[in-house]
Amino acid sequence: MIVAPKRTEIHPKERRMILKHADDPNYDTSIDCYMRHGGYEVLKKALAMKPEEVQDHVMKAGIRGRGGAGFPAGMKWKFLDRKSGKPIYLICNADESEPGTFKDRQIMHKDPHQLVEGMMIAAWATNTAKAFIYIREEMPHGALILEQAIEEARAKGFVGDNIGGSGYSCDLIVHRGAAAYICGEETGLIESLEGKRAYPRIKPPYFPAALGLYMCPTIVNNVETLCHVKHAVDMGGDEYAKLGTPNNSGTRIWSLSGHVQRPGYYELENGKHTYGELIYDIGGGLKPGRSLLAVIPGGSSSKVWRAGDRFKGKNRDGSEYDWGIEDVPLNFDGPAAAGSMSGSGAVIVVDDSVDIVDVLANINAFYAHESCGQCTPCREGSLWMKKITSRMAAGQARVEDVDLLASIGDQIAGRTICAHGEACAWPTQSFVAKFRDKFIERAQRQAASGTGETRLI
Amino acid sequence: MAFEPSQPLREYTEKLIPRYPQKRSAIMMILHFIQREQGFISLEAQEWVAAQLDLQPIQVREVVTFYPFYREHPVGKKFIRVCRTLSCALNGGYKVCDKFLAEFDAKLGHTSPDGRVTVEFAECLASCGTAPVAMIDDDLYENLTEDKVKELCDRIKAEVPAETPAPAADTHHH
Repeated sequence: MIVAPKRTEIHPKERRMILKHADDPNYDTSIDCYMRHGGYEVLKKALAMKPEEVQDHVMKAGIRGRGGAGFPAGMKWKFLDRKSGKPIYLICNADESEPGTFKDRQIMHKDPHQLVEGMMIAAWATNTAKAFIYIREEMPHGALILEQAIEEARAKGFVGDNIGGSGYSCDLIVHRGAAAYICGEETGLIESLEGKRAYPRIKPPYFPAALGLYMCPTIVNNVETLCHVKHAVDMGGDEYAKLGTPNNSGTRIWSLSGHVQRPGYYELENGKHTYGELIYDIGGGLKPGRSLLAVIPGGSSSKVWRAGDRFKGKNRDGSEYDWGIEDVPLNFDGPAAAGSMSGSGAVIVVDDSVDIVDVLANINAFYAHESCGQCTPCREGSLWMKKITSRMAAGQARVEDVDLLASIGDQIAGRTICAHGEACAWPTQSFVAKFRDKFIERAQRQAASGTGETRLI
Repeated sequence: MAFEPSQPLREYTEKLIPRYPQKRSAIMMILHFIQREQGFISLEAQEWVAAQLDLQPIQVREVVTFYPFYREHPVGKKFIRVCRTLSCALNGGYKVCDKFLAEFDAKLGHTSPDGRVTVEFAECLASCGTAPVAMIDDDLYENLTEDKVKELCDRIKAEVPAETPAPAADTHHH
């Protein structure tokens, strides 16, 4: 049985905070090991503070959500509707499923108590009545590891009744999904946790902070985000905020995959490094004899960059930037300034051994499979984009497909209840815009196999 | 034939339901338990679940049919899911899948003629750094090559006796 192998070679540029112990061969998932490493001391520290003080630390720390949107966690907590008098729920989004992302897997499989401690601190800070970890079905061992960690923490009084003797009680439940990507969308997740199909809810009015689980105020935070809460409270918000760069505090775990020599998860100080360093230095660069075709900077739904792209614009301080892909800062704001997003921190590198049409066909097959089917533009549009790109990949591309694809993408984004509309439209819109010549060339060539022997669809 | 819940299922359900603020929330975990015991979730089992949670059977079935993991038909003794998504595909995921299928003379999404395995594609198993990957039941196998797949298949053939499969059923919902 292979659960999650340790990676003992840690790159010198890494700044490990969340994964500090995870890959230590002598570190295990038991509470004894965790407590030998100072575990649950921060929870005790938090319980000695007022909930508002804990919230202040998180706010000052400037923790931005690591799941995809990069929304400040402290702000999310502040939005909670406390006047309703209804119970407050906390949900950890452990549905890690954006293609390219595999960071939360490392935390849950190798250091589960860190997540449990982070969650109980968050629960105390927000006066949560009950907390849930919604973990994707494809991590059955992860679910068991977490359940065991929770039982151990309960036995020591860190979860459940009268936590740490504070008088505050909060249960923590592990809930398993069943292989639907849309459950990573927070309102879809909430519907799923209520025992229904994961049809996302429309916002407004269904902002989870007001009308979430069981129509009660609810926080949904990502696994990595909740671990950062622990460190922000431990260090103090102001100290934590010094890590990383302004508006991009702390560290971040990047998932690097695709055509690189050393794919893997790398925890780096936010904004202190570039995509070039991650891909070429840390990731070992491309395979011998290959050249770069494209980089998908933040999960497969983020807008693609074509090799050779330049990004120009003005910084907030008025100075100008002129970046190649390799110069884009690895943080939340850098990829956004380069027309894309950092999303879940999943960087997928594509070399010239494959054809770009096949790459898009692969991505489109994913989003068509994962549309929940609720909104017509997404349900129909994602399927049509898949059908067209699959046909193109099979050697029956037409020159007019380029404009047809663009027009379908344009009719989805912004016209759906949840962001799956954008998630399925952005790849098509950006691939077609950036690689128009390659799509037309493929149509003229009418080739079935792209440029190489690797099948992508 | 009416569904007869096992003693462990009864005990699990009794303990589980009160943990949730609302009964209906327990549905997915109960379905997981049943599928683990039975290999799939029959209509009769769905009716039983509905009765436990004060729901109509259709409210259970709409959940079973929405989530790709739940099945209404039996599958092979080993359930193999090969990741199809981009990072795995870029590193040969389709070849890995073809190798599994060839080893068991199986068709994608169907149970092999010897009843040993059902091979399906999965969408992103969240282990893109060790692509290509596949799951066999609960276990993840990483950095797969055709040789490694052959080894895994040989092990399955040695451990799992062949038998005539149940009528082939397409396990895909979508």
